[in-house]
Amino acid sequence: MAHAYTPGVTVTAKTKLVRERRLPLAGTVLAKAGDQVKAEQVVARTELPGNVQTVNVANILSVLPEDVEGTLTKPVGSSLEADEVFAMSRSFFGLFKSKCKSPIKGTLESISNITGQAILREPPIPVEVHAYVDGKVIEVMEKEGVRVETEGSFIQGIFGIGGETWGEIKLLVKKSDEPLDASMLDASCSGKILIGGSRVDTAFLEKAASLGAKGVVVGGIDDKDLRQFLGYDLGVAITGSEEKGISLIITEGFGGMRMAEKTFSLLRALEGRKASISGVTQIRAGVMRPEVIVAMDGKPAPVTGKASVFSESGLEIGSAIRVIREPNFGRLGRVADLPPELRELETEAKVRVLEVEFDDGTKAVLPRANVEMIEG
Amino acid sequence: MTVSNPDGATSILATDCGSTTTKAILIELKGDEYRLIVRGEAPTTVEAPFEDVTKGVLNAVREVEELAGRKILAGETIMTPSKNGEGVDLYVSTSSAGGGLQMMVFGVVKTMTAESAQRAALGAGAIVMDVIASNDGRLPYQKIKRIRQLRPDMILLSGGIDGGTTTHVAELAELLSAADPKARLGAGYLLPVVYAGNKDASGIVKATLGDKTALVITDNLRPVLERENLGPARTQIHDLFMEHVMAHAPGYKKLMEWTLVPIMPTPAAVGRIIETIAREKGIQPIGVDIGGATTDVFSVFQGVFNRTVSANLGMSYSISNVLAETGIDNIMRWVPFHVEEKDLRNRIKNKMIRPTTIPQSLEELMIEQGIAREALRLAFEQHKSLAVGLKGVQQERTISDTFDQTSSGETLVNLRDLDMLVGSGGVLSHAPRRVQAALMLIDAFLPECVTHLAVDSIFMMPQLGVLSTVHPKAATEVFNKDCLIHLGTCIAPVGTGKEGSECVRVKLEREQGSSEEVAVNFGQMKVMALAVGEKARVLTNPTKGFDAGAGHGRTFEAKIEGGVVGVIIDCRGRRPFVLPVSAEQRVKKLNEWNTALNVYPAVS
Repeated sequence: MAHAYTPGVTVTAKTKLVRERRLPLAGTVLAKAGDQVKAEQVVARTELPGNVQTVNVANILSVLPEDVEGTLTKPVGSSLEADEVFAMSRSFFGLFKSKCKSPIKGTLESISNITGQAILREPPIPVEVHAYVDGKVIEVMEKEGVRVETEGSFIQGIFGIGGETWGEIKLLVKKSDEPLDASMLDASCSGKILIGGSRVDTAFLEKAASLGAKGVVVGGIDDKDLRQFLGYDLGVAITGSEEKGISLIITEGFGGMRMAEKTFSLLRALEGRKASISGVTQIRAGVMRPEVIVAMDGKPAPVTGKASVFSESGLEIGSAIRVIREPNFGRLGRVADLPPELRELETEAKVRVLEVEFDDGTKAVLPRANVEMIEG
Repeated sequence: MTVSNPDGATSILATDCGSTTTKAILIELKGDEYRLIVRGEAPTTVEAPFEDVTKGVLNAVREVEELAGRKILAGETIMTPSKNGEGVDLYVSTSSAGGGLQMMVFGVVKTMTAESAQRAALGAGAIVMDVIASNDGRLPYQKIKRIRQLRPDMILLSGGIDGGTTTHVAELAELLSAADPKARLGAGYLLPVVYAGNKDASGIVKATLGDKTALVITDNLRPVLERENLGPARTQIHDLFMEHVMAHAPGYKKLMEWTLVPIMPTPAAVGRIIETIAREKGIQPIGVDIGGATTDVFSVFQGVFNRTVSANLGMSYSISNVLAETGIDNIMRWVPFHVEEKDLRNRIKNKMIRPTTIPQSLEELMIEQGIAREALRLAFEQHKSLAVGLKGVQQERTISDTFDQTSSGETLVNLRDLDMLVGSGGVLSHAPRRVQAALMLIDAFLPECVTHLAVDSIFMMPQLGVLSTVHPKAATEVFNKDCLIHLGTCIAPVGTGKEGSECVRVKLEREQGSSEEVAVNFGQMKVMALAVGEKARVLTNPTKGFDAGAGHGRTFEAKIEGGVVGVIIDCRGRRPFVLPVSAEQRVKKLNEWNTALNVYPAVS
C-alpha cells in the first residue's frame, strides 16, 4: 500500500476533548450550558421501563382471552404488590374462585384480548449518566444529555476491559519495563488508578479489585491471564461491560510489553492527579479505544516533549513510527526510506516496505503494514 | 453519476470496501477483450480520525493511479467518463466495511419457523446475533433483556403457516413491543423490522409494531410446513440493509453518489459469481470468502444456492473468536513447529488489536494459515448445518404439535458430488505460494474423491460480482482470464487405514500424450504435474478399504483439469480425517506433507 499507514493511538500532554454524555432513552438533563461539572456528578437521569413479566390470565382462570378484561379486580394501570390478586373468576355457581396473583411488585400495564395475557411491569430502573470528566458543559441535548468539554492530558490504550471510572493516579513502578506484582498492593491503592510498566497478571488484578482500586494502566498482559481473570476466552474485541470491579487498559499489546516511554513519562508527571478512564474497546469498524483523561483543572500541563502533527498524507521520510508486530515489536524509530517497489519477505510475500532507523541507530526493513505512526 | 452506454466502456474502476482493507481494481478494454490492469489497496477508513469510507477508497485509487501510471482522480473526485487516457468510464463498488448486518430473528418454533428465519437472515448476508422462539426455553423477561442488550440493526419476525394459528405470532410481537429495542446506529433511528410470518397475523403485527418500528411486511417465509419461501424475506432484508443500515455508516452516502449502480454488499456480489460458475459450467461448486471480520460460504447443490456469513470468524477483527470457538489445540495441531500456548495466544490477540498487520516471518505465516484452516472449517460446518432440507416434512402438523420436534434435516452439501472449491479472501488470495491456498482449502473442507480447486488471484470476486450487474461481458472476461487461478485437482479417497499401508494407485493420462502412474500409501500426500489448461484422464485404483468414487476397492475414472499446483493426491484419510495425537508425530507429519507438496521455503 503506497499510502498505507496505521494511525497510532494518541498520547498527548495537552489537548481539548469533548465527551458526549447521553441517556439511552429520553429523560431529564440536570446541568445547563456553562456549568462546571465534576466527573462523578450526575448530569442526566431517566428511568428505564421495568422488566416485563407476562401472566397467562386466560389459562390460570380458565377463561377465554376476550373475557380476561372482565375478570380484573384492579384496572389496567394499577400498581401491584407481589402476590397481590389482580384478576379473579368464579365457577360452579360462584363457589370456586380462581385467582390470578402478580408475581412482581409493579404495574399492570396491559391486557391482550387475543392472547389472554397480562403484561406486568416491574418498577422503573433509574439510569444516570455522570459527567465522566471534570470540565464544562458546552451543549445541552434536550432530554438526552450534555456535551462536556475538558482540556488536559489524553492517553489512548490499545485494548481494555471494564467501563468508565475515575480516581487518583498512583504509580507502582519506577521504570516502564517493570512488571506489576501483587506484592506492590496495599490499602493505599483503594480508589486509585494504578500505573504499571510492562505487564500485569491475574493475581495482581484480583487483589487490586478486592482492595477497591478503580483501574490499572499497564503496557501489556498475557492473554492467558486475561482469560483467567475474565473467566472466559475473549472472542470478539467488544468490551466495556465486564463487571470485574476494576477497569484495565493496556497500552502496547499482549505479552510483556514495555510501556512506551512517552506514555510512562506523562503518567509519571500526572501522579496524584485525578484521572477519568474507560476500558471500553471495540475493534471493528467504528473502533473505540480505551482512554485515560486527566483534566488540567487550572494546573499547568506536564512537559513531556513536542507534540507531532498527524499527517493525513501518510508515511513520509522522517515520520516517527513504532513497530507493531514481531519482529522488533514495540521499537521506536523514524522512516529512513520508502522504496516504491515491492520487496520479498521471508514468507516470500511481495509487499511495500519501509526502512526504519531505530532510536539506537540500527536499521531494519519492515512491511509498511507493520508500523504505526506516532501521534500527539 | 451516469454513463449513457456502459457497454461502450473502455475503462472500469471497481472497489471493495472490506472491514480491514479497501481494494481497487482497474479494468481496461485491450483489443476486444477486457483485462485486469492493476490493483491497489489501502486500509478501510470508517473509524476515527477519518470516519469516512471514501478516504480509503481514494487512497486505494491513488495506488491504482501510481501503479497504472494513469490519472483517475481530479482532487477527490473520480473523473468519469474517461478522456484522453484519464478518468474511467464506469465506477462500481461493493462493501462489507461495517462488518455486516447484525440482526435478530424471531420464530414460533425453534426448529422450524425460527430456523427458516435464521436461514433467510444468513442468506441475506446478515450476522444473526440471536434466535428467539416461543419454545426456546427462555422466560419472557430474559428474552426482552437480551433484545435490549444486543441493539440489533434489524429484526426478522416470522411464525405460523398461512391460515394457521396467529396466537404465538401475536405473543412474539407483543414481546418485541414491550422490549422496545433501540438500534445501535442512532437515537432517532426507527429500527427496521421485517415481518415474514402467517399472513393472517399481519394486521396484529402492524397494530403492535407499526408505530414503534420501521415495519415492512412480506411473504411468509414458511407458508406451509413442507416448503420454505425465503426469497422475499431475503430481498427485504437486503434492501433494508442497503437503505437503512449501510447508509448510516460514515461516508456511504457520499460513496453512493459516486457509483453507477447501488453498492452491493460483498457477500451478495461473491454469491453472484458462484451462482454464475455453477450455471455456466453446469457444476456443483462451493465458494468461500475469508475476510477480516466474516467468512462467507456459498454452495450450489441440487440447483439450490445457499449462502452463509459466519459473522465472527475472520482473520483480523474476528481472529480471536476463531480461537475462542475452536480452542487452542485445534489451532496448534496445524502448526508445524513447537510453539508455547501462551505465545500463540498473545500472537493471536495482537493480530486482533492490530488487524492490518501482516506476517513477516515464516513462523508467523504458518500460524496465520493454521488459524485460517480453523476459520474455514468452522464456517463450513455452519454452512452445512444451514444448507439443509426441511425439517417436519414427513406429515402434516399444526404449529402446536411440533413444539418438541427434534429430528434434523439432511444437509444439501455433499462432498462427493462437489465439483469445484473456490477460495477468496486475503489469506487465500495473497498466500505467497498457491499451494498454500490449495492445502488450506483441502485441510479445512476435506473434499472427497475428485475435486477441482481454484482461488481468486488477488481477491477481486466481489468487484466482478457487482460489475456483472451492469457489464456482464467485462466481468466474465476478467473473471475467466485474470481472476480465477486454477490450482489443480485434489484426489482424496474416502476411508482410513494403517499408516504406511497401500492406499491408491493413480494413473494420469495427459491429453498431450504423456502418462504417469504413482502409488500413494495411507498417510501420504503426493503431487503429480498437470499444468493450467491441461486436461487428463485419471484412473484412481484404491485398495479395498478405500472408496475413490466408484465404491470400495473399485477404480474410479474421471476427466480432470490441471492447475498451478497440479494433481494433489491426499491419502490422509476421510471420514475420518485424523491428525496424530502426539505433538511430535504431528509436527513430523505436517512437515512431511509440506515437503511433499513444497508448501514452504526452507529457511536458513
